Amino acid sequence: MKSLSQQVVSMKPSGIRRFFDLAQTMENVVSLGVGEPDFITPWNVREASYAALEQGYTAYSANAGLLELRQEIASYMTDRFGATYDPTTELIVTTGASQALDIAFRALLNPGDEVIVVEPAFVSYGPLIELAGGTVVPVACRPENGFRLNREDVEAAITERTKAMLLCFPSNPTGATMTGEELTEIAELATKHDLWVVSDEIYAELSYDEPFTSFATLHDMRERTIVVNGFSKAFAMTGWRLGFTCAPEVVTREMLKVHQYGMMCAPTLVQFGGLEALRSRDQHVPKMVKSYRQRRNYFIQALNDAGLPTHVPGGAFYAFPSIRHTGLTSEEFAERLLLEERVAVVPGNAFGASGEGFVRASYATSVEQLQEAIRRIDRFMKQFEVTTTMTDSQR
Amino acid sequence: MYTSKELELLELLEEKGYLETKLLANLLATDEATVEAMLEKFKADGILLGFRAMVNWQKINRHDVTAFIDVKVTPKRGRGFDEVAERIYRFPEVTALYLMSGAYDLQVVIRAHSLQDVASFVSDKLSPLDSVVSTTTHFKLKTYKHDGILFTPQVEDKRLNITP
Repeated sequence: MKSLSQQVVSMKPSGIRRFFDLAQTMENVVSLGVGEPDFITPWNVREASYAALEQGYTAYSANAGLLELRQEIASYMTDRFGATYDPTTELIVTTGASQALDIAFRALLNPGDEVIVVEPAFVSYGPLIELAGGTVVPVACRPENGFRLNREDVEAAITERTKAMLLCFPSNPTGATMTGEELTEIAELATKHDLWVVSDEIYAELSYDEPFTSFATLHDMRERTIVVNGFSKAFAMTGWRLGFTCAPEVVTREMLKVHQYGMMCAPTLVQFGGLEALRSRDQHVPKMVKSYRQRRNYFIQALNDAGLPTHVPGGAFYAFPSIRHTGLTSEEFAERLLLEERVAVVPGNAFGASGEGFVRASYATSVEQLQEAIRRIDRFMKQFEVTTTMTDSQR
Repeated sequence: MYTSKELELLELLEEKGYLETKLLANLLATDEATVEAMLEKFKADGILLGFRAMVNWQKINRHDVTAFIDVKVTPKRGRGFDEVAERIYRFPEVTALYLMSGAYDLQVVIRAHSLQDVASFVSDKLSPLDSVVSTTTHFKLKTYKHDGILFTPQVEDKRLNITP
């Protein structure tokens, strides 16, 4: 047999995979490893998709998605974030934000182009950029800075070959957020060095302390930003695979070619669900956001109390505690916590080298499950309090 | 006037039922003393009336009977429906009583041991009241959902243990 694609063969499978396989074989696991909401998609959304099926909407939609849905997305972007897009030329409905990222990089990159990727980062970013011919240049967010991005760190990574920056705030896996002012400093770099920006805003709605600023609304950014967003997180619709891009026509036109040849269109039934989700967003989103915020408040405090130093994340639904003082690598920590106490977390190095020394623990699970997880983590952490225990016994 | 934190506490209690003060404090990003003060205030103001468990008696085959009785009454001058309502809700078997708009005035919910008990409640206690004009009794056959809680088997978590 002739050999397979060298590029693909040489890609490493996602670091999450190994833990997934291990955790799946075990019972009585409290999982904090889940990167998705614990809510089921609201019933009216499921019902709308069901009704579309009943009425026989089983054909393709326009390549860019149902016009009605694009119009609704455009008005959502305006009402919610103050960003204005033409639904006929600047919007594409995709199969999840992941495919949106894929078409963005394919449309942007030539071989050898460098993309600055803010790390720790979602596992798909690097591979998608490389498959599109780009080179990943990681820029680490510093833990001492609450995992917010430093302008100087970004600028130091920019070269003549830098084509684009990829940002994701609120961040998966750190939950870090950036204010409009902080993002403006990064935006100035994009202007200064004439860069494209891909802004993954999938966690936009899940901002708990500061109002969310869409990168495209910053000075001079609309024309150089591809906003990637979707329904998975804010509307609890991960399995539906529905996302979208908002970008100037000059790049939307090119992304649409990739989308049209590679995907044709997002599933029509799913798009009807998305339409209902947007129309009823005031009914559901604030309630879910409030519930995540309460759990964040509880969980971060409890992790810190259990001896895992954790910064307060401003968004998403992840805690990113430091495990450095245990002397274990993040993989060792995650594996032992799973085997010894049956709590599943994701090792930080799955999200890039800068994630080493941390683990990602999702709090998108019931308060009762979180309390059980904390009881187990508490027990697990006892073994690392050697010095304290010795002092105690000497008394 | 109540603060947004106070309203958030009430919503949380309404949804979750009783929770320990420390957990409430953590969820609301405040301290235990503040939560205790808020709870005291709610009790004093008659806003927080108590905590009850939601029990699915259907599961253990206890054959209680629940009836919904639509009652038409003649309101009393000066006291409206309140006087007759008071006379009805004092019966311990009345578990709920609502003043309704529409075809009848009061909806009485009663829980009793048997159909016979319901029948005697209606004929001996409810109908003889001066203001009561007519009654229509409906029996509950099955509970699917009550106060937002499903009584049919819950959907378990369908998510995988670890996802990106």
